[in-house]
Amino acid sequence: MTVCRPSVGEALAAKRFQAGTVQLFLYNAAIWNPHRIHFDLPYAQQEEGHPQLLVDGPLQGDWLTQVVEDWAGDEGEIIRFSYSNRRSAYVGEVLTSSASVSAVTDDSATISLQLSNERGEVTTTATAVVQFCSANICSANKSRRNT
Amino acid sequence: MTVITDELRKAIGSELASFEFEVSRSDLKKYAVATGQTRQCYLDGDVAPLLYMFGVTMPIVPLDQLLPDGRQPDGPLVPDLPLKRIVAGGIEYQVHRRVRAGDVLVCSQRLADLYEKTGSQGPLIFLVFENLFRTRDGEPVITERQTRIAR
Repeated sequence: MTVCRPSVGEALAAKRFQAGTVQLFLYNAAIWNPHRIHFDLPYAQQEEGHPQLLVDGPLQGDWLTQVVEDWAGDEGEIIRFSYSNRRSAYVGEVLTSSASVSAVTDDSATISLQLSNERGEVTTTATAVVQFCSANICSANKSRRNT
Repeated sequence: MTVITDELRKAIGSELASFEFEVSRSDLKKYAVATGQTRQCYLDGDVAPLLYMFGVTMPIVPLDQLLPDGRQPDGPLVPDLPLKRIVAGGIEYQVHRRVRAGDVLVCSQRLADLYEKTGSQGPLIFLVFENLFRTRDGEPVITERQTRIAR
């Protein structure tokens, strides 16, 4: 069987994310995070010196998993994922993903990702390993290229 | 100069009592909306997005025990460190199988590692907490390793 593997260097479609105050509130409620830097603007500014409410680091990690899953479609699943927050991101900022395939095996691909703010500063980096069902790699490639 | 003493090193491997929880479809649906998911299996609450697991180990403590900045106090796995300012340092996940609504999982938490590095502004202590989610039968489901950095 000929398997069409993703190519090293293949770029994933960029996505834009922008958390408003309502989304930030709902997210912190959903994960049970009461840290005031995410919902109490006077506290965030006066006590911790931030210009705005902070976007949670794990929310940015989640967004990057969405970038990978949009690319992989139903043909692949994330089996490993790691992320690291590099600088603060603030409510209302537009964060844009960039990602590409950095390694491939017969049945998996490693993706390197980052989120950057409007000034081009990287807020979060991540690495994901996606495992494909071998028989489905060709169709996964087709579906990715049709989107 | 080292900031990690032999006494501190003894904390490596410390564990908390494991706890069991059921994955609620309602919680999954709320999480999916809050994170802006677009996949129907997430919006319907059938499957847990991977980062949903981050919130599972958030401590639930009474209001009067929260710190002035709103956060929960550090749990017993965090040893008394000579460096007091602790920040998030990243998370790694290994997925053994997807988490679904109705799953009953057992979470075991331990301090997996403690090491130091020298940063540009002085020593840094890295704490690695491992949260292992398994089924009642012991089948591994998700391994989460959270790194926190004391400076």
